Amino acid sequence: MVRGAIAGPDTPSFVASADDIRLVETLRAGDERAFTSLVNELYSSLLRVAMIYVGSRAVAEEVVQETWVGVLHGIDRFEGRSSLRTWIFRILTNTAKTRAEREGRSIPFSALAGEGDERESAVDPDRFLGPDHPTWAGHWAAYPMSWSEVPEQRLLSKEVRALIEDAVEALPARQRIVIRLRDIEGFSSEEARTILGLSEANQRVLLHRARSKVRGALERYLAQEQI
Amino acid sequence: MKASGDMTCRELVDLVTNYLEGALPRAERVRFEEPLAYCPGCIDYLDQIGTTIALLGRLSEEDMPRETELAFLDAFRRWKAG
Repeated sequence: MVRGAIAGPDTPSFVASADDIRLVETLRAGDERAFTSLVNELYSSLLRVAMIYVGSRAVAEEVVQETWVGVLHGIDRFEGRSSLRTWIFRILTNTAKTRAEREGRSIPFSALAGEGDERESAVDPDRFLGPDHPTWAGHWAAYPMSWSEVPEQRLLSKEVRALIEDAVEALPARQRIVIRLRDIEGFSSEEARTILGLSEANQRVLLHRARSKVRGALERYLAQEQI
Repeated sequence: MKASGDMTCRELVDLVTNYLEGALPRAERVRFEEPLAYCPGCIDYLDQIGTTIALLGRLSEEDMPRETELAFLDAFRRWKAG
């Protein structure tokens, strides 16, 4: 079930669940297996997010390691006001920011890192009829192709996956981190805002631009293929 | 930008995320949904965005290397030992 799967309203995964609380108790008690399984589950997500801040994979791995040390030392202070995952990611982004600063990298979320303040259209304006059109100004000049003809196995192919990964990698850092948290890792809007310290409107603009570009890349690829 | 009247396709594509995030005021939401009843281009566009989101959610994860796991475990034991 891939096609047109529009996500519903955010599920309230914001506050720690009973499972989170139980897991935290287990970790406090020093359960190695619970720790290893959590570390494994979050490894790739934490690493990818860290890489957006610090640039290199080697440094990102150190950041993830430092994050877990921070998690363990702070676990007694975890109060369940956010989900455990959100709390861990906040420690990660703080650790990554400190590290990036120390290495003199510009940080995607420093107050005025102002990429993309200009207006940007989701779709090339040339795809719509101009304002002088007598009846259909602003409507599609030609409809976008329907993807319902594309076989599902094509959409799920390695090639399409690589294309999407490349499209995400090509995004400006702020858009990349927002689409990663929201659409790839599945964080709710509230969680992502807590982790990144962004306003709701700001996050929405970044998510919109990121999704629009990934859709555009996919469209170009699928259109070229149909010829 | 006009606040009322029919929503154009060009306007709609720029509001898709606001719509999906539930951030459109009621009247705007109604305007947004109108073309979805008759405009094949806008219906397909919204479907493409949904497919894009679904495909993003399937990007592969990578496994943690064994030595990394051991390093974490080591950190855990040191923490436990206090």
